[in-house]
Amino acid sequence: MTIGLVHYLTVAAVLFTLGVFGIFLNRKNVIVILMSIELILLAVNINFVAFSTHMGDIVGQVFALFVLTVAAAEAAIGLAILVVYFRNRGTIAVEDINMMKG
Amino acid sequence: MTGQAFFFYLFAGVCIASAFMVIASRNPVHAVLFLILAFVNAAGLFMLMGAEFLALILVVVYVGAVAVLFLFVVMMLDVDFAELREGFLSYLPIGALIGVIFLVELVLVIGLFSVDPASVRPAVVATATDVSNIQAIGQVLYTRYFFFFQAAGFILLVAMIGAIVLTLRHKPNVKRQDVAAQVARNKASAMEVRKVPSRQGV
Repeated sequence: MTIGLVHYLTVAAVLFTLGVFGIFLNRKNVIVILMSIELILLAVNINFVAFSTHMGDIVGQVFALFVLTVAAAEAAIGLAILVVYFRNRGTIAVEDINMMKG
Repeated sequence: MTGQAFFFYLFAGVCIASAFMVIASRNPVHAVLFLILAFVNAAGLFMLMGAEFLALILVVVYVGAVAVLFLFVVMMLDVDFAELREGFLSYLPIGALIGVIFLVELVLVIGLFSVDPASVRPAVVATATDVSNIQAIGQVLYTRYFFFFQAAGFILLVAMIGAIVLTLRHKPNVKRQDVAAQVARNKASAMEVRKVPSRQGV
């Protein structure tokens, strides 16, 4: 059997679901939530590249490159905020992030 | 089974299994390592699709930079991860329910969708067939999408500056080099000539 577009889209769908599931499952741990977001962005990238190669349109791969850039920037800023937060509060539990809640 | 199908199922299977381990593993260091495995296998999938440049960029950027960043942060923070996992099982049913519903919907959409040939528009930029993948991307990225490319560079610059500004801290009680004060020293401020009486010391 030949591997077509639908196979790759299915893999991306499963990865996306696992990412969303990970956010639900690890609601206290910011690090795992960030990793789940990376998984979601990876699934999006797989979709972009699958459609790009299937349709013969290079723009999908260019856009996937931009998604990669934004994902890297997001991870760097997110982890920096996490480090500062841990320095101030001594914990990374999501439910303790409530200082600005009046 | 052809080689392509074999490698597709290999990469896809390992990728999904390690993605599951990312969210399910007890130790966050293991989770980061499984994330690396997932990204490497996704790079394999990209390679199978024919996007060689993105596959190698994925390895360089994610495995080389982002995953190592995660690893550093996980090891640097002295967090009691067992405490963070409390309530893991209480979130499981609702999360599994939503996840399964979501997955079934997505797979149904993917399985049932078909492209109407009449509605297919020509490609925005058709992939050049006579050059390699990296050359085809470069021909588009540095011409038609040049401003987006610059904007991506600025995003990375802002992210870098932001991360440095956020995490840089000046500890009190640590002697630091002050170039202006060093340069401003002169003979009058740095030297003192004292007449020492003999047999009495300074």
